[in-house]
Parts: sequence; C-alpha cells; structure tokens
Amino acid sequence: MGYVLVKGGSEAIKNAGKLVDSLRSAPPVEVPQIRGRLRLSVDQVMGEGGLYAPELAALAIRQSDGDLVAASFLIRAYRSTLPRIGYSEISDTGDMFVLRRISSAFKEIPGGQILGPSIDYTEHLLDFGGMGVMGDTDADADQEFGAEKSDIPKFKKVSDLLRDNGLLEDAFADDETSDDARDEPYDITRESIKFPAPRSARLQTLARGETGAMLALAYSSLRGYGSVHPTIAELRVGHVSLCIKHPYTGNDVSVGDVQVTECEGILSGVGATEITVNNRFSLGYGLVFGQNEKKAISMSILDGTMRVSEPKTPAEDQEFVLYHIDGIDAMGFVEHLKLPHYVTFQSSLDRIRAVRSEGAGEVSDD
Amino acid sequence: MMLTELSNLAGTDSGALEGYNFAFLDEFTKREIRRKILKAVAIPGYQVPFGSREMPLAKGWGTGGLQITLSIIGKSDVLKVIDQGSDESVNAVNIRNLVSRMTGVGTTSDTGRATIIQTRHRIPEEPLTGDQIAVLQVPFPEPLRTIEPSEQVTRRMHAEHDYSGMWLHLYEDIVKHGKITIGARYPCLVNGRHLMDPSPIPRWDVPRLHKSPVIHLFCAGREKRIYAIPPHTAVEPLEFEDYRFETEDFGGKVCERCGSSDTFLDEIIDDATGNARYICSDTSFCEKRQRGEDV
Repeated sequence: MGYVLVKGGSEAIKNAGKLVDSLRSAPPVEVPQIRGRLRLSVDQVMGEGGLYAPELAALAIRQSDGDLVAASFLIRAYRSTLPRIGYSEISDTGDMFVLRRISSAFKEIPGGQILGPSIDYTEHLLDFGGMGVMGDTDADADQEFGAEKSDIPKFKKVSDLLRDNGLLEDAFADDETSDDARDEPYDITRESIKFPAPRSARLQTLARGETGAMLALAYSSLRGYGSVHPTIAELRVGHVSLCIKHPYTGNDVSVGDVQVTECEGILSGVGATEITVNNRFSLGYGLVFGQNEKKAISMSILDGTMRVSEPKTPAEDQEFVLYHIDGIDAMGFVEHLKLPHYVTFQSSLDRIRAVRSEGAGEVSDD
Repeated sequence: MMLTELSNLAGTDSGALEGYNFAFLDEFTKREIRRKILKAVAIPGYQVPFGSREMPLAKGWGTGGLQITLSIIGKSDVLKVIDQGSDESVNAVNIRNLVSRMTGVGTTSDTGRATIIQTRHRIPEEPLTGDQIAVLQVPFPEPLRTIEPSEQVTRRMHAEHDYSGMWLHLYEDIVKHGKITIGARYPCLVNGRHLMDPSPIPRWDVPRLHKSPVIHLFCAGREKRIYAIPPHTAVEPLEFEDYRFETEDFGGKVCERCGSSDTFLDEIIDDATGNARYICSDTSFCEKRQRGEDV
C-alpha cells in the first residue's frame, strides 16, 4: 500500500499505533519502577532532554518502549510548552553534596577519594541468577549508607588546589570568542548558535548532547584524530542546590537539588601546549544531569578539543562537533528519510533521463 | 517585569487540548518567531537565525513549518497541510491533526478555502491569492551548503554577495554532464540580492514563486533559520544564457485520473504490468478537475 496515494492516512496512523500497543506483551511497568531500577536511563534522558524531571523522564522511557533518544525527544518537546520565567543563580559545585569523587591526577587528595556508587571495579559478568524476578532492593543498604547530609563534609576541588599553586588557568580564563567570559551565559535554546561560538554556548550544547555521539567524537580525539588527552583532576557525582532570586524580596531562595556528574580534565596531552596560556594548564569541563560519567568525561574532552585555535580534526571543529552531537536533531533528520520523497525523486529521475538521452549513455556516478 | 505579568503573558488561552497553551507554543516563543518572520520579510531571501524549539514532531519532519504555522495561526484561520502535494500523506495528516488539536481551528484540503497552507516539497497547482499564506518546510536552508560545509563561511559568502562558487558548481555540472543536473532544491536569487534554497520543491514550482502575490514563509526547525519571499518579489533560478533553467519534462504525459497535461505528475509503477502510469502530484487539484470545477 502506497502511503501517500491511498486515501485514509488517518486510519492507517491509528492502526499503526494499535500495532505498537499489541507488541507490549508483558504487564505494564510502573513509572516508579523505571525511576528506581533504570536510574541511569532516567539520568541520560533528563540530560539529553534538557529537563530535570525524573518522573517525566521515567514516563517518557516507558512511552517510547525504552528508546532513550526517543524518550529524550518527548521530554524536549514537552519542555517547549513551558514558558521561561527566569534563570537560577550560579551554583558552586564546590558546595556539592558528594556521593562519589575520584581523581586520576593525584593518589592522595584532601578529603580522600570516595568510590561511592559505581560498578567500575567489578567483573562485568552476566548474572543469570537475576533471570527470574529481579532481587528485592537491599533494605540494609539504605540503613548502612543512610547518613545524614550534615555528616558529610564539603570537599575542596582538586582544580582549586592546582589553581592555588598557579598551575591552572583562571576559572574565567579569557575566552577568545567572548568579550568577557563573565558575561551572562549564551542560551542556545533561545538564540540559535553562531560561530565561532562562545564557550558557554559550547558547554550548553555539549550538556544536552547525545551520550553515544559525544563518546564517539571524544574517543576519536583520544585514539588518533586529535591530540588533546586530559588527565581527570576530579570526577564527582552528587547533589547541588539551585537558587533563584525571589521576585519580591530579592533574596536567594532554594528551589531544590539536582544530581549532577562533573568532570574536570587537565589538558596535559601532547597537543595541549597549544591551549596552554602563561605556562598554566587549561581545564576541559563537563557537567551533566544525573550520573552519566562517560558523557561528563566526553564533554570535558570535547570542551578541550574545541579550544584548539587551528582545528585539524573533526573533534576540534566546533561546527562539526556542535552541529552533530544533538541526538534529537540527528535522529529526526536521519529518520525523515522514511517520509515520501516521490516529488523530489521524480525531479532527479527527470534529470538523469535528460542527461542519458543527451550524453549517449555515459553517466557519471555523481 | 513582575512574575505575575509574565505568567499572564505566558497565558493558557485554551482553544484546544487540556493542559496546553493555544497553539502549543508559549506566547513568548510565538512573539519571538513573529518578530523573526518580520525581519525575514524585510530582507527577502535572508536566513534569519531563531531559537527553534523542540516540537512534538521529529526534527526533519516539518518542525520549522509547524513553528511558523503555530505562531501565526488564529482562531478564524482555516488550515491545509500537504506533503509532496498530498493532503492524505501520513505526515501531513499527523501535522494537520496536531495543529487542529492544539488550536481547534478548522482544516480543509481545498486549496481555495485555506488561509494558511503548510507544505512540504510542493506549491499547490491552484494559484494562491494574496489573502493566503504559504508556509514551507525546509530541510536545508543554506543553498551554498552543497559547495561549502561551514556555516561561518557561507554566512560570509552571503554577506559579500559572493556566489561565484555556486556559478562554478553549475558550470562544472554542465561540463561533466552536458546539463545542470540539480533536481529539486534549485538555487534562486531573491530580489536580486540573496541566494535562496526554495526548499525541495521541484523545478516545476520555481517559476511560480516569481512575483507571486502570495507571501511565502520558509522555516528550517533543525537548522534554526527563517526566511521569506514577500509578495511580488523577483525570484530567479540561476541559469546561463546558453544553458537555461529547465522545469521537469513529462514528455506529453497526462494525468490518468483528471486528464491534465499542465500539472506536475507522479510516476506510478503499475503492479500488474510494471509500466509507468502518471497521476497529478497535487491530489486536491486533481479531484477538483475530476469534478469539473474550474481551477
């Protein structure tokens, strides 16, 4: 059945939706289950969707049958319906309620390394014991680790130590693309990005980028198509509180916590000298919603690669990176190829026939 | 501005679906898009960057057109949506349903009755009037992208009116193939100043943009650009004196449904015989002709 010529497109759409329903064969998964048991999926969707809303992200994952890019897309679309009524004040991640912090630059860091929740150091063996019903939550774990927030100290950041010793550039290092790095940050959701893009626009685009796409580009730079190779000064996962200015009193008011993963990478690789100012190290920065360490690290690498003044590789080219890491843009446009192209293809047919009839059959592949 | 005023502006003047603002987008967004449209109209063919929003429709499926439509639509409008000439194409149906659910406005497949026509890859055969607005969905707003991948560079080329690369591209095409081989998306000079991608309409539709009484609004959601052809503006496809712009040639074929020989035809491969058959791409027009209406 041709899907443009036949009348009844509405009916066909309805039936296609019903068929999807019919493939949902097991009993429905509750939204809290998704939130509690697929927390890394929820985190990824919040990050790529650009909206910190764990409940909605879980709902979106269920609605999209587990397709995380599609779920992020649902969240982004919902986000468009919400008016932008304000911006938060600057949050200092130095004040983070830390769940996990590691440094690969120094063996000993003040406050110590805290592994926190991580499966990095376990064997990645498929656990057949879980084939039946997944085990209950370990109730003891909650008791064992349920410390009061007040018990946990704040940790000075490793980057601050380096900075105190004059080894690291100023946090507001001059950004060649902005008159003043202390300007209000660019907002790519309200103004389309322009190139060369200021660092704030680059970071915002990276923060919303698709995890897999960023991973691939960051990897390309590490592996051979680039020379920026960071050392992780600190990777931390935890909660930061967000404040807004109260519209009437003008005081800072906390509006809640967000969980984030932050990565600060010291750009110390072979090519890093290019972006070293005044014989100090530069920092590649990554900050993403939830616990998504591979994305935070990829972000810090790409923040670094895009600061190279003369781009030679894809990961160093701002336009290449920033235009292609958005999962929602990429998925939509690649999948639009499923739409009818009868008219445009007819146009191409007309041209190739014209060329063939004139050029005695010699047709280039172009 | 105080928060209370802001929330009034953000409004919830529901004409449609519970929980959503009229026409989906919040009022700030609509206002921004309307301002960008005005700028686009003031500089015909110039691509105006805007803060494109994510829509409940995938990127590349008409999110640009949809944002324009939702920003300009009012309760008394009548909407027509076509995809490659057809009102019944699944994506056209989806967009029409979406706008209708979000606004409650009436829809039609009758080109003459519509006040807003959102279209992908076609201009309706039936001549439009100055009272109508054509909204075109655009995948690639940048006509120079084929010859230059960088946005920074292409924007400078437009600013400097430097289209030599495109002329050279056409020249090389002729040298290689003996003809200009661009199918749809034929580059046009608008108002003698800006080179414009007319969206992937067939070459057949390009001459119909020239000095048209209709306002044509173009929007690429993914690429975040709006541009426009105001009424009565010159739109000239690039051509050489000895190698002219050519529209598609159907070799005297006629539509087997309505008998038209003056419309853009879809080529259909017949299930039974494997031979090509031809019918109008514009289904609404074809039906009118079949009913003997004067169009």
